Amino acid sequence: MNKHRIIIEPDTEDSNYWRDLWNFRGLFYFLAWRDILVRYKQTVIGVLWSVAKPLLTIFVMGFLGWLFHSEVPTGVPRLLLVCTATLPWQFFSSSFSEASNSLVSNSNLLTKVYFPRLIVPASTVIVCLIDFFISFAILVVIMIFTRFMPDWKILMLPLFLLLAIVTAMGTGLFISALNVKYRDFRYLIPFIVQFGLYVSPVAFSSNMIYNHPTLPAYLKFIYSLNPMVGVIDGFRWCILGGSTTLYLPGFLMSIGISVLFLFVGVWYFRRMEKTFADVI
Amino acid sequence: MSQPAITVEHLSKRYILKHQNAEKYTALRDVITNKVKSVVSKSSSNSSHQSTEEFWALNDVSFEINAGERVGIIGRNGAGKSTLLKILSRIVTPTKGRITIDGRVASLLEVGTGFHPELSGRENIFLNGSILGMTKREIESKFDEIVDFAEVEKFLDTPVKRYSSGMYVRLAFAVAAHLEPEILIVDEVLAVGDAAFQNKCLGKMKDVAGDGRTVIFVSHNMGAINSLCNKAILLNAGKIQSMGDTEIITGNYFSGNVSNSGEFIIGKNSSDEKVIVEKIVLRDQRGMVQQNFQFGDNLEVEVELNSLQEYESPYMFIAIKSAKGPVTNASGLIDGYRTSKFEKGKNTIKCTFLNMPLLPGQYTVLIGIREKEGLYALTDSKDVAVFNITSVLSEIGLNGTLADSVAHDTISPIIPYRWDFNDGKSYEFDITKYQR
Repeated sequence: MNKHRIIIEPDTEDSNYWRDLWNFRGLFYFLAWRDILVRYKQTVIGVLWSVAKPLLTIFVMGFLGWLFHSEVPTGVPRLLLVCTATLPWQFFSSSFSEASNSLVSNSNLLTKVYFPRLIVPASTVIVCLIDFFISFAILVVIMIFTRFMPDWKILMLPLFLLLAIVTAMGTGLFISALNVKYRDFRYLIPFIVQFGLYVSPVAFSSNMIYNHPTLPAYLKFIYSLNPMVGVIDGFRWCILGGSTTLYLPGFLMSIGISVLFLFVGVWYFRRMEKTFADVI
Repeated sequence: MSQPAITVEHLSKRYILKHQNAEKYTALRDVITNKVKSVVSKSSSNSSHQSTEEFWALNDVSFEINAGERVGIIGRNGAGKSTLLKILSRIVTPTKGRITIDGRVASLLEVGTGFHPELSGRENIFLNGSILGMTKREIESKFDEIVDFAEVEKFLDTPVKRYSSGMYVRLAFAVAAHLEPEILIVDEVLAVGDAAFQNKCLGKMKDVAGDGRTVIFVSHNMGAINSLCNKAILLNAGKIQSMGDTEIITGNYFSGNVSNSGEFIIGKNSSDEKVIVEKIVLRDQRGMVQQNFQFGDNLEVEVELNSLQEYESPYMFIAIKSAKGPVTNASGLIDGYRTSKFEKGKNTIKCTFLNMPLLPGQYTVLIGIREKEGLYALTDSKDVAVFNITSVLSEIGLNGTLADSVAHDTISPIIPYRWDFNDGKSYEFDITKYQR
C-alpha cells in the first residue's frame, strides 16, 4: 500500500490532518513571508509603522492614566507600566483582527487548492508576532531612558508570550471560522478590539480592580474572565518585578480561559473547515 | 494489471440552492430573524423551506483509474466536472460516497492561484510553488527551469502587477508545470495564452504523462483531450454517461442526443453570445448526412445560426483540426470574402471543403464568428462537430512499410473550399489561380 493513501469520505475524522499540517509547514512560512513582504510595500516609513502604532498608544494611555491618577507601583515609571501592557495588547488585537479576516481575504486559495486551512489564520498570528518583536525595541528604549533594571523574573517572559500566542490563536481561529459563514463578525471585530482596550489593564494596573474596596466581587470575577488580563498581568510581573504582585486566582482563571479558547477554537475550526470552500 | 490509483465509489455531492437570497454567505441577522419568524408564525414554518432546492452536482458516480492512465473528463457546462475535480483535490467534501487515492496529488484548478500582484516574479514562484505543495528545496532546484520555460528572466524582480497578461499566465503555468506529483489533476487551464504557448503547455503535459504519472484532465478542447488522454469519461447532469476509449467518447460528446450522426445540436455556450450556433450538419458530395467520410470526399458543413440582432459583414471561420493540431481552415481573413450581413434570427451558411485529401483518423470542426472589425467575438470559438475519415491507407496508395509512420506527420494545407452564404452569394477559393 502506498504511504500516501488518502481516503475521502463525508464526515470522517481526517487522521492525517496533523501530519498534513506538518507537511505543509513550508506554506505556513511562505504565507507569513508574503504578508510581511506585502504589508509595507508602497509605504514611506515602512516597517516603522509597527513601532509607531504602539508608541502612540503608549503615550495616549500614559497620559490618560496620569490624568485620572491611576495607581503606579513604587519604583516603576508610568510609561513603563503602560508599555508592558500595550505591547502584548497590540499583539493580541492585531492578530485577532487579522486572523479573523484571513480566511475571507484568502478565499481564492481556499476554493482552488487543498491544504490544512489552519495554516491561514495561524500564519497571520506569526506575522503579528514579528511585529511584536520589532516593537519590543520601544520597551528596551524606555527602560534605558528611565534607568530601569529588571530582575531575574524577566526570564519567565517567554512563558507569558506563549500565553499571549495561545490566546490570540484560540480566539482568532474561532472568529475566523465564524466569519466565513456569518459576515456580521467583520463588523463586530473592530468593536471587540476597541472595547477590549478599555476593559484590559492597559492604562491602569489589575491591582486597582482586585484591591478595590467597594467593587462587588462578581464584577472582579467577570474582570478576571478576560484572558488578556492574565497575559498583561504576567508581562508586568516578570518585567517590572519588585513591588508588582500577581493576584493568583484571577491569573489562573485567565489562563484557564485562554486554554479553553484554544481548544474550542481548534475544535470549531476543524468542524467548520470542510464546508469553507462551499460557503465562502 | 496495474494498481488502481484512484477508486471512486458512489460519489455524490449535493448543493442547497437558495432562491430567495442571492448572497452566498449567511448573515447572522437573517438567521436570527428567520428563527424569530418561525417561532412567531409556527403555522407557516414550511414557507422557509420552499425557498431552498436540492441540486445534485454529482449523483452516484463510480469509476476506477489505474496508475499511469491519462483520463480526460468531458461534458457540458454544469455536468459536474469541476465539482468532481474539487472533491478529488480535497477542496470540498462529498455528500455521499468514498474515494481512495494512492499517491501524492497535485491539482491545478486555476493558473496562478495565490499570485500576489505586489510581489516580484521571483517571490511569486516561491509562493505559488509552496501553495501547490512543493517544498522550498524542490522549488530552488527547479527555479531555473521554471524561469526558462516562462521566458521572463528579465522581469524576475518586477512586481507581477506590471506584467503583461501573457507573461503572467506563462509564469503561472511554468510553476505548475514543474510539479512532480504521482497524480496530477488539471482543470481547463490551457484556455489561456496564445496558440504557441498552449502547444508548449500541452507538450509539457504530455511529458508529465509520459513519465508514467496519472493525469486527470478536464477540457472543452477535444483536440487536446484526444492527443493527451488514453481514456475519457463523459459526464452529463452529474452522472457518467459513458466511459472508455478517448476517441469513441469524444465522438459521443459531439453527437449528443442526436441519433442521426452527422447532425450536431449546439445551442448557447455562454450568456454573452450575440450569435448562437444552433445546429451543424455534415454532408458529403451526394448531399447525404454523414459522419464517416472517405479520402477525397467533399465535406459540406452547414451552419444554422441564430443572430440576436442584425450584423453587417461579420467575419467567420471554420477550421478542421486533428488530434495533432490544426489541419486547414476556411476563413474570411484569408479569402477576404464575407457575407453582407446576418439577418436578425435564423441564418444558414454552408462551407464545403472540396476533395479533402485527409489521412484516416478523427477530425473536429471548429467555428468562430467575429463582428465587422474583428475586435470581439460574437460567438465563442469552439469545437462543434466531429467526423472520421475511414479510408484505409492502402486504398489511397500508401502501401510502403513506412506508410503508417509517415501518415502520422501533420500537414496544414489550405484545402480548396466554397462558401454558400445566407445572402445567396457564394465564393470559391480557387487554387488554380495561384498556378503560374
